[in-house]
Amino acid sequence: MQAASQLPRERLTWMYTQMLRIREFEERVKRTFVEHPGVIRGHAHLGDGAEASIVGALATRGESDPVMPSYRCHGYPLVLGTPARALMAEIYQRRDGVCKGFGGSMHLADPAHHFPTASGIIGQGIAHAAGVAYAAQVKKTGQVVYSFFGDGSSKQGAFHETLNLAAVWKLPVVFILENNMYQAYTHYKLEDANAIAGDPLSQKAKAYSIPGVTVDGTDVLKVYEEVGQAVDRARSGQGPSLIESRFYRLSPHGNAITVPPVPTQFQEHEAIEVYGNKAEFEAAKKNDPILKFRAQLTGNGTLSEAEAKKIEEGVRAEMDEVVKFALASPLPTPEDAIKYVYA
Amino acid sequence: MPRDMMFAEAIAVAITEEMQRDPNVVFYGQNMAMTERDPFVRKFGRDRVRITPISETAELGIAIGAAMSGLRPIVELYMAEFMLVAFDEVINEAPRLRYMSGGQVKVPCVFKAGFGFAAGWAGQHSNCTYHAMMGIPGLKIAVPSTSADAMGLMRTAIRDDNPVVYLHHYMLTIDKSPVPDGEHIVPFGVADIKRAGTDVTIVATAWMVKKSLAAAETLAKEGISAEVIDPRTLAPLDIKTIVDSVKKTGRLVLVDQAPRHASASIVIAGEIAEQGFKYLKAPVKMVTALDTSVPYSEALESYVLPSEQKIVDAVKAVLMMQTAAV
Repeated sequence: MQAASQLPRERLTWMYTQMLRIREFEERVKRTFVEHPGVIRGHAHLGDGAEASIVGALATRGESDPVMPSYRCHGYPLVLGTPARALMAEIYQRRDGVCKGFGGSMHLADPAHHFPTASGIIGQGIAHAAGVAYAAQVKKTGQVVYSFFGDGSSKQGAFHETLNLAAVWKLPVVFILENNMYQAYTHYKLEDANAIAGDPLSQKAKAYSIPGVTVDGTDVLKVYEEVGQAVDRARSGQGPSLIESRFYRLSPHGNAITVPPVPTQFQEHEAIEVYGNKAEFEAAKKNDPILKFRAQLTGNGTLSEAEAKKIEEGVRAEMDEVVKFALASPLPTPEDAIKYVYA
Repeated sequence: MPRDMMFAEAIAVAITEEMQRDPNVVFYGQNMAMTERDPFVRKFGRDRVRITPISETAELGIAIGAAMSGLRPIVELYMAEFMLVAFDEVINEAPRLRYMSGGQVKVPCVFKAGFGFAAGWAGQHSNCTYHAMMGIPGLKIAVPSTSADAMGLMRTAIRDDNPVVYLHHYMLTIDKSPVPDGEHIVPFGVADIKRAGTDVTIVATAWMVKKSLAAAETLAKEGISAEVIDPRTLAPLDIKTIVDSVKKTGRLVLVDQAPRHASASIVIAGEIAEQGFKYLKAPVKMVTALDTSVPYSEALESYVLPSEQKIVDAVKAVLMMQTAAV
């Protein structure tokens, strides 16, 4: 692993670009509910606020390392190289979607870009990630698997069973617990024993005698350093680690759950909507990981103001085109619904 | 020359030979392969044969992930009820991922479990849970009743590119029956006529096949010719063979160890009502467990479960009955 301080300008620029791409993509998903009601069905979950955590972690990847996110899964494939238009087309229920309109926002998959699947059931994908790691171990591929999940998942049996078994089998997997402060609508301090005791959630690693660290998930380079060490450890056969990456989900859990024909949109964040805690939300917005990284890069001369603006304009143009493409993509052929039940 | 083989041995032979044939087949579970003397460990090593903690969700979830990555895992679950603590993996993960991905992944794995104990294991270890799985698109379910089928269906289960629940009935474990020589394979979705007959069709699976064959033998002595059909897989389900038999006999008795509304029989009855109604000379009759949990005491247990006598009585009843239409 290259130290964060040694990362070349191109890599840092790439990281900033990917963070922006996630943000701009998610902004457009959110806007679609307003601008094109009905184009997105069901439930969509956004990763704004997670950009530094996602990109810092994935910047440590070897080129064939698999990534298994939770149902909040738009950001990872954007970084892995899945065309953004195929992701948006999927969320827009289109034939050109990455899953041809069979999966939707919660169930993206792109194995060709090392993203096997995401489970929409909280925590279950953690076990699948360990299985991908088991295959890598048996086949001696040298891959390390990145398992991403939320703080809510860390209360699931799948999390505890899998951490134990992954430790017993010394599986090449890194467990990245994204503590975005809310399990769905519930503040984590209402439901997590470690949090209530004043301990970090990475404390859970102690139960399985594996390394557990907590990192500021709004600092892309700190995430890069911590995940990088865990990846090195996993790749050298020393088994799994748990990393709690703390950041703040800037959008609410998902679009409002409504029954047709009542339209659905993203409401205010639950910090405000449920808990009336506007101060917490405003503080989180001030600590925006993208603004922080931008200030860092322009402050230390990695990027000039003009260069940063150029990147931002480029990303916005890409995502505007993505929306146009997805809107124009045809709907799937109804009779195709019976495909893919069995291999 | 076919040779007699114990039911459990036939399964072990199939797994062993498939593991020899394909290095991607792995086998793990609780309370297995505990020492280096274990025959699977000796043959295939610790990468491919492993012990797990009592963690069904992790065991099944890992199988799913490994299957998507090119392995063909067989998970030894011991008892089908243990799958219930990880039912999300069975029902809502393994069979969904391929579909939701638009066909991009496949999940070839085998969830192997004994089921249906009727030797005093009482309410929580004597169940037939296949009804909850047989309607799940993407999942296949094998339920062998003979050593030959146990072997042939296990081979197919391992080679299949989809998740397969392989259920072997505990009461058949030490039964010996002939197994053909060579690489014996039984395809999925092909029912087997275990005994040919002309007066009535009996459909049964697993241990109930044995009871139905005994009942057919008793009935034969009274001049009643019963045909006994074993679907062998509940998903896919070979309805055509059953319809063809009913076309011939005009009468159908469905035998199932599960309670009535949780049985495979009720699904078959529905299919026959739609596809075979015109051939029926009498209403379909179902011989199932009573609507209770399975009790501990043998006196109670035998009252609840289907028996040879109950099957004989049901056959006689449908032979006496006529449909209103006839």
